[in-house]
Amino acid sequence: MAQFPSAKVTAICVGGGRTASSELVALGAERWLTMAHERSVALSARDLTKTYNTGATEVRALNHVDLDLYQGELVVLLGPSGSGKSTLLNILGGLDKPTAGEVLFRDHDLTKASDRELNLYRRDHVGFVFQFYNLIPSLTARENVALVTEIAPNPMSPSDALNLVGLHDRQNHFPAQLSGGEQQRVAIARAIAKRPDLLFCDEPTGALDSKTGILVLDAILRINREMGTTTALITHNAGIADVANRVIFFADGRIVNIKVNETQRSTSELAW
Amino acid sequence: MQVLAIALVVASGTALLVMALTTIQALQETTAAYYERARFAEIFAQAKRAPERLLRDITSIPDVANAESRVVHGAILDIRDFNEPVIGQFISLPEYGPQLHNMLVLRSGRLPTAGAEYEVVVNEPFADAHGLVAGDHFDAVLGSQKRTLRIVGTALSPEFVYAIAPGGLMPDDRRFGLVWMGRERLAAALDMKQSFNSVTLTLLRGADPREIIARLDTLLFPYGGTGAYAREDQISNWFLQSEIRQQINMSRIMPTIFLAVAAFLTNMVMARLIQTERREIGLLKAFGYSDWAIGWHYAKMVLVIASIGVLLGWGTGAVLGHWNTSLYANFYRFPFLLYRPGPQAFLTSAAISLAAALAGSLAVVIRVIRLPPAAAMAPPSPPAYGRASAAFDVLDEPTRIIMRRLIRWPLRAGLTTLGLAMSVAVLVLALQWMDAINHLARTVFETAQHQDATVAFSDFRPAGAEINFRYLPSVLATEPYRNVAAQLSNGHRVERQGIVGLPEDARLSPIYDNVGTIVRPRKDGLVMSTKLAELLHVQVGETARIQILEGARPTLDLPVVQTFETYIGTPVYMEIEALNRLMRDGRVISGVHVSLDDATQTELLTRLKELPGITAILFRKAAMDMFFATMGETIVIFIGFFVTFAVILSFGVSYNSIRIALSERSRELATLAVLGFSGWEISYILLGEIGLLAIAAIPLGCLIGYLLSWYMASAFATELYRVPLMVEAATYGQASIITAATVIACAALVRRRLDRLDLIGVLKTRE
Ligand SMILES: Nc1ncnc2c1ncn2[C@@H]1O[C@H](COP(=O)(O)OP(=O)(O)OP(=O)(O)O)[C@@H](O)[C@H]1O
Ligand SMILES: [Mg+2]
Repeated sequence: MAQFPSAKVTAICVGGGRTASSELVALGAERWLTMAHERSVALSARDLTKTYNTGATEVRALNHVDLDLYQGELVVLLGPSGSGKSTLLNILGGLDKPTAGEVLFRDHDLTKASDRELNLYRRDHVGFVFQFYNLIPSLTARENVALVTEIAPNPMSPSDALNLVGLHDRQNHFPAQLSGGEQQRVAIARAIAKRPDLLFCDEPTGALDSKTGILVLDAILRINREMGTTTALITHNAGIADVANRVIFFADGRIVNIKVNETQRSTSELAW
Repeated sequence: MQVLAIALVVASGTALLVMALTTIQALQETTAAYYERARFAEIFAQAKRAPERLLRDITSIPDVANAESRVVHGAILDIRDFNEPVIGQFISLPEYGPQLHNMLVLRSGRLPTAGAEYEVVVNEPFADAHGLVAGDHFDAVLGSQKRTLRIVGTALSPEFVYAIAPGGLMPDDRRFGLVWMGRERLAAALDMKQSFNSVTLTLLRGADPREIIARLDTLLFPYGGTGAYAREDQISNWFLQSEIRQQINMSRIMPTIFLAVAAFLTNMVMARLIQTERREIGLLKAFGYSDWAIGWHYAKMVLVIASIGVLLGWGTGAVLGHWNTSLYANFYRFPFLLYRPGPQAFLTSAAISLAAALAGSLAVVIRVIRLPPAAAMAPPSPPAYGRASAAFDVLDEPTRIIMRRLIRWPLRAGLTTLGLAMSVAVLVLALQWMDAINHLARTVFETAQHQDATVAFSDFRPAGAEINFRYLPSVLATEPYRNVAAQLSNGHRVERQGIVGLPEDARLSPIYDNVGTIVRPRKDGLVMSTKLAELLHVQVGETARIQILEGARPTLDLPVVQTFETYIGTPVYMEIEALNRLMRDGRVISGVHVSLDDATQTELLTRLKELPGITAILFRKAAMDMFFATMGETIVIFIGFFVTFAVILSFGVSYNSIRIALSERSRELATLAVLGFSGWEISYILLGEIGLLAIAAIPLGCLIGYLLSWYMASAFATELYRVPLMVEAATYGQASIITAATVIACAALVRRRLDRLDLIGVLKTRE
């Protein structure tokens, strides 16, 4: 695809991302902020507005939102229900279009892209993980991952992807034969097997107990760290926010606060 | 839309059933009323010439209600502005008083007045074909003279509902006419005063016609009787009844196919509905609704869908039935048509259709009833897929999805395939008629025969008469033949069948075997059609008893020396000289086949119109054209609506299975879209399944279509004709293309919905 010269950039990102994130731990928050201006922006949203017209009333799900996602960072979105988190993520991920504003990905404005172009954007650059796992019931774990690697330009092998999430011994199980947490980890493996530039997770642990939730979260963190994948994660669990580089607070369709974590905690330190 | 698709299939089944049932009813009622009102005779007999006084003896046969004698004669008519000679069948009307049997129904004008000079009534279709009206004249060679006849009226007769010329296959109203005239004039012209050559009988209630036929034969044989026959063997009535039988046959097969598919579709759709409403069912049960109340709720839905179909089917069926019946009226001439479909056809069809739909959903409804409330509220257990064979390893993931689903629900896949196959089969069945009829006509009129015309004499003539025809203008060659009226028997099996004598080297009209060879007539025995051999239960090498019904009426035992296959009639042949020797009336012929140099035919036609003593002249090309013209028209219409029905069938099956798959799999498809699969790739995963099933359905459908055609061909095989089982490769191709096109159209319809799939909405909800 011509619009997004992916392979080259991805390679650079992966390399750059790793050093950046390892440095990060050592850096203070202020220094990180100055660093951030020098870091490249993976995706930027400007003045995003999304309104839904449901009969007489008009719901404003997003209200002039500006946001940059930096290469390799892990961002957590927090906010009350109905504040517009999923709406934002869906727009950033090319699943939806805003009413106004623009989303820039490598000089391309997603809001002006056609359905076909959005499709290719998702295929080549974006990984999604949802609260419900959405695996294909007729395919085994490995085949669910292979589904994506077959169409991606620069994928890892399905077994490697399953290894990353700790499921190499469950490759040949059908979704119905896996627990919820295992299914979610397959979903993560499927999302990252293409080596996406962006990983969007919408309440990935929402349907899981804390122990399983941590396993899943670990998988996401590992990918963010090891592959340098820019990750945005929605959660209702404020405790999880501690693992992020930045925490973005949402309310009424607006970003009300951004908190930069001086240190990223590991999952074992989390108060779930 | 899905409801509509099922309703349409139910409607098709109902419509076909209503159409068949009302057509059958209309034909039966019309026929019965017509026969009754016009006092259609129950026994018919012809003789050469019997004295009028014999009539009293015939009337006094026990159980005979009354008998009517008449003079019947075939002659050539010369109609102005029509080049060709026309075959005329003359029938006498009683000089005084009304007809006792086979009463004419006047359509215009009046009957001839007693003693009037050559006043005649002609049959209405013939008059219409030539634009003849009361007051018009035409000529006929009656006896040895050409006379001018004046039309005073047109009429229809129960004896000629299906009016075909002797030796003809189809009514040809331009080349065959019925002429009724006063008995005295006709008898005088034919030298038949105080005599008759045809007699018709009606019987008392409960009489056994076989006994009466036997006694009638005894009385008539001395006067050249050719064997009496009952109403069921009367040619027009025979065609009519066999048509009704075919309709009955149709009414069994076609609606069955449609209603079976309808049952499958209701099953499929209801199963899906109940699947999506499991939770609600569980809740209702938990609230204390009885199993039956819930079962009835779903049964009612099925009944509503089926009722829509039944209502549609009633409407269409009634229209089609009327149309079908009036189509028959083009070949079968009734003075009136009783199309008053009673409630019976509608009630029967509704009962059958509703029962089929209910039967289809019965299993599903029972499953609902059995469902314990707790289990109903839990989501259905996920389907267990098998990893299946290593063969899968070579497939890509999308194809694997398709294959796994097929293997997971083999019954559903099988029934869908069967449903589509039925559509192909119905098409093959409908389209192959064209092939079969074509093949029959080409074989009979082109491959088997080479004469351009056949001239039949009213009485046999010395063999030398052939010469007269050879020197007629534009005649290239002639070939004689002899017909001998006979009755063949083997034990208690008896068949009336004339024996045809042909020269050994017959070329113009030889004995043609359907395998493609010419069979020579033999001096030492009979060459018999396989159908006749089958009827008589004789085999090559065995002997058949032959009662000759003319001349010295000898009884002979002759061996069957060879058999051959033919589509038309049950002929039997012998070498002409040998036949003449057996008959002991010298070297004679009954007619000649001629081949013509058609450039100068007009002159010949004018000459033929003048020749005396000729009962019929048949032109091969005209017969063939007529055959194709009449068959062509009806078959095209017939095929037209079968194609419509078949398209509805494949539409119903494919649309429903695609729609159900779409609703069952919306989550899966949305996931694929999120993963970046393009519209086409997703379509492949959704539609590949039906595509694969359609591909499997095509050969299966062709096979079923072939078997159905075979069944139809054998069910419709009669003594008069046997439609060959002939399916051209192109027919399979057309049937497959039509079905495939319907499936593709359905797929395209659903494909549009795929583009509008609400990704976020689907993914937000719980599985
Ligand atoms: N398709 C839709 N039509 C109308 N309104 C919608 C639609 N989708 C979302 N909304 C509204 O937009 C607002 C934001 O929704 P969104 O799903 O982004 O919230 P959220 O922050 O993800 O909430 P939650 O934490 O519960 O998932 C809500 O008020 C919601 O009602
Ligand atoms: Mg949300």
